[in-house]
Formats: sequence, C-alpha cells, structure tokens
Amino acid sequence: MSTIFWITIAAAVATYLTRIGGHLVISRFENIHPRVEAGLNAVPAAVLTTLVAPAMLDAGPAEWAAVIVAALVALRGGLMSMFLAGAAVLIALRQFMG
Amino acid sequence: MSSQATAERSPATGDFWEGFRLSIPVVVASGPFAMLFGALAVGNGFTVFEAFLMSATVFGGASQMVGIELFGQHVAPWLIVLSIFAVNFRHVLYSAAIGRHLAHWPLFQQAVGYFILTDPQYAIAESKAESGRKVGFAFYMGAALPVYVSWNILTALGAFFGQMIPDTHALGIDFLLPIYFLGLVMGFRKRPLWLPVVIASAAASILAYKTIGSPWHVTVGAFAGVVFAALMPSSGEREARP
Repeated sequence: MSTIFWITIAAAVATYLTRIGGHLVISRFENIHPRVEAGLNAVPAAVLTTLVAPAMLDAGPAEWAAVIVAALVALRGGLMSMFLAGAAVLIALRQFMG
Repeated sequence: MSSQATAERSPATGDFWEGFRLSIPVVVASGPFAMLFGALAVGNGFTVFEAFLMSATVFGGASQMVGIELFGQHVAPWLIVLSIFAVNFRHVLYSAAIGRHLAHWPLFQQAVGYFILTDPQYAIAESKAESGRKVGFAFYMGAALPVYVSWNILTALGAFFGQMIPDTHALGIDFLLPIYFLGLVMGFRKRPLWLPVVIASAAASILAYKTIGSPWHVTVGAFAGVVFAALMPSSGEREARP
C-alpha cells in the first residue's frame, strides 16, 4: 500500500475522532475556559493562513494580482465567486507572464 | 408527486425526503469543490482511486485540500495527518453541541451519524432541533447521503479529468489551492481576533519558512496564531460559554 493510502487512513481516523470526540469528551465539561475557547476559535484561520502566506513569497505578479482580486471579491461574494475571480485573473496573467 | 403516494409513505420515508430537500443546496455548492479536489489531488501525485478514497473516508473538503497541498510539498506524513486533524478540529464543537439531539438513536446509528457530521450537516441538524422537533436518523441521513454520494462521485470525475489537463501551469493549477485557502481564511473574518490571529500566523509562518524551512512553517504558524488568541487580554475577560 502507498504512503498516500496510509496518510488517508490515519487522517480518516483522526477526523472521525474530531467528529465523535466532542460528544464523548467536551460535552462532559460544564464550561470551556474562555482562553481555551478563544484558542480553539482561532485554529482554522491560523492553520489555513500558514498555507497562504509563504506561498505568496515564492509567487510573482500574476499570483499577487490573483490573490488581491480574490480577497476583494471575498469581501462581498461567496467562496466560489472569489475562487473563480482569482483563478480567472491568474490564468489570464499567466498567458502573458509565463 | 401525487398525494396518494405521500399518504402511503411511512413517517421515516417522509423524514428522509424532508432531509433530502435540505441537502440539495449543499450538493450544488460542494460539487465544484469535489471536482476541484479530484483534479488537484491528481496534480499533486494522487491516483484517481487515492483521491476517491480520501473523499470517502475523510469527507471534509478543506482538510482534504490541506492534505494534498502538503503532500505535494513533500511534508512528512505524520505532519500531514496532524494538519488535517487541526483543520478538522472544529468538528469537536459541532459534535459536542449536537450530541444531545442524537443520543436517542441506537449506538450504531450514532456512530454512522458522527462520521458524516460536516459543517452544513451540523447546521441542518441544529436548525431542526432548534425548531423543537426530534432529529431522526432518517431525516439526518436524508440530508447527509446525497452530499456524501455526490462528493465521492464528483471527486472521482474531477480526478479522472484532471489526468488529462495538458499544461497545468498555464491553467494556474499549482496556485489554485492558496487562493482557495485564502477564501476559507476570509470566511472566518467575523470571528473575534480574526485579523490579529491572521497577522500573527502569517508572520510566524513566513519566518519559519525562511529559517527552519518547510514543513515546519505550518505547525509554527498555526501555533503562533492559536497561542496569540488564547493570551490576548480580551480572551480571559469574555464570559465562559458552555
């Protein structure tokens, strides 16, 4: 079996633990400490930011323009429209910039 | 649909179709991302079957995208699993919140129910419970199954067609995931401390990327944002919620 296979199985188990774990563990606590809750609230944005920020360093003008346009569209539109806008700018500019 | 057919249905069947109707917007909204995941997974070295397997077993869009992105960066397997776990950690809160509404199901049904507890599934189940009605297994599965089935089929389709893309650079395939992740980050912008957390994580991840190098920028950057949020003075003052 490939590495990807085992990564996937382990990720599936880990994900299942998050889906059943809240019921089995967290629901037994009366209160979550506000600092813990603030930390948990920050998890998704913190993790996902690390996948965007360093990618910007290695990027060029076409990618920067795509990200700026996508971010502006995201202020108004949904995930799909921001994604399509960013992709359109990226593909168009790459035809010229390579 | 004739009224006679409706009358002949058992209550469970009616519940199932009630859930099914609620699933349709989710199917439509998630479909393109399933295809995108399949296509990008193949671009990052997955086979069609491996892309399908990840959709079928993990069943969490954002975390799957994180998985293929890190795999493409040749990150150590355990760090990939840890990152997927971190992105999916929010489910703990859904699970804790919805648990009391599913507790009347047989254990096996509960085990299945938690497997497909996604963000929209939580929203559908929670709003049904809030309306004062019981969240039945048939209703829950009616809302979840169409999403699960379409997510898997469209992943495989996307992966299949992804194999045929000739010039991935011209189509920007290598940079679509950062744009997608940026969209997810922006989606959290109403949360408390969002901007300072994003700035802290961005700065720490860039610094780690430049010094210790990939893949540690993910762990270091995420840790910086989470610790920052926990240590902010406002975090200690806010009232505890159950």
